[in-house]
Amino acid sequence: MPGTYIPSEYLPVLIFIIIATAFGLGALVIGTVFRPKKPYPDKLMPYESGVTPIGEPRYRFSIRFYVIAMLFVVFDVEAVFIYPWAVVFDKIGIYAFIEMVIFIGILLIGYIYAWKKEAFQWD
Amino acid sequence: MIPELFFAYFAFAIVLFSIIVITRKNPVHSVLWMLLLFFHIAGLYLFLNAEFMAVMQVIVYAGGILVLFLFVVMLVSLKEEIKVARFIGAWPTGFTFAVALFIVILMSLRSFVAGPQGKYTIDLIKSESNIKVLGKLLYTDFLFPFEIASLILLVAMVGAIVLAKKRFKG
Repeated sequence: MPGTYIPSEYLPVLIFIIIATAFGLGALVIGTVFRPKKPYPDKLMPYESGVTPIGEPRYRFSIRFYVIAMLFVVFDVEAVFIYPWAVVFDKIGIYAFIEMVIFIGILLIGYIYAWKKEAFQWD
Repeated sequence: MIPELFFAYFAFAIVLFSIIVITRKNPVHSVLWMLLLFFHIAGLYLFLNAEFMAVMQVIVYAGGILVLFLFVVMLVSLKEEIKVARFIGAWPTGFTFAVALFIVILMSLRSFVAGPQGKYTIDLIKSESNIKVLGKLLYTDFLFPFEIASLILLVAMVGAIVLAKKRFKG
């Protein structure tokens, strides 16, 4: 019957997440409860290796970061598609090989375009 | 009973985190709450017997797309952005649209009829492993949508470069 599926093999993952969350939150809570609290302006200043901070911590990033992140996501998704393909490759054979060549070929056009447009240049 | 309990938790958490994401004053906080939201969506996938989708939700969304969001947030001037009123526009308009959408969803849910059970039952998928079944279907029956996906990725890649191209020159 649909809807009654329990992914019981993921129970260790659930336990891991619960322990990790409890550990992280617990450390923060225990720290807040027990540590002495005597703040003064110099202590609350952002730590920059002992030097007095200059300027704002928030400045606008270069748009290159966005392009790099976008290219990363695209190739990330491409890698995701290759994964199930590799698992069933021996069952489908040459047919699967051709379709993956087309898939990567289309994305290769984008890669060459990015290269030609100097999207990987950083100066 | 256990699936219902987990679904109730995930559904509640997803709605709660979505509201938190859109009401945060600081965009960086919004993105970090979204990370929690993505993990809960992965949990929901797990209970839908979509193991591979759940793992990819964590790798691609929580790993890749969230970084992209963070960079986009860093691109805009945060100091000015925080000062701008977040919920612009008259609330009656927004409320009307929300109610209309809710009614549409409710109507479509009421007329929902479960289709006939297909070849791939939970037992079959379990005996053959999720990823093998997915791979077999994706690279044979759903070959065309798979190739279309590469075109969509290509459009995303070219689009990002075209958007940012002017900045490269100057």
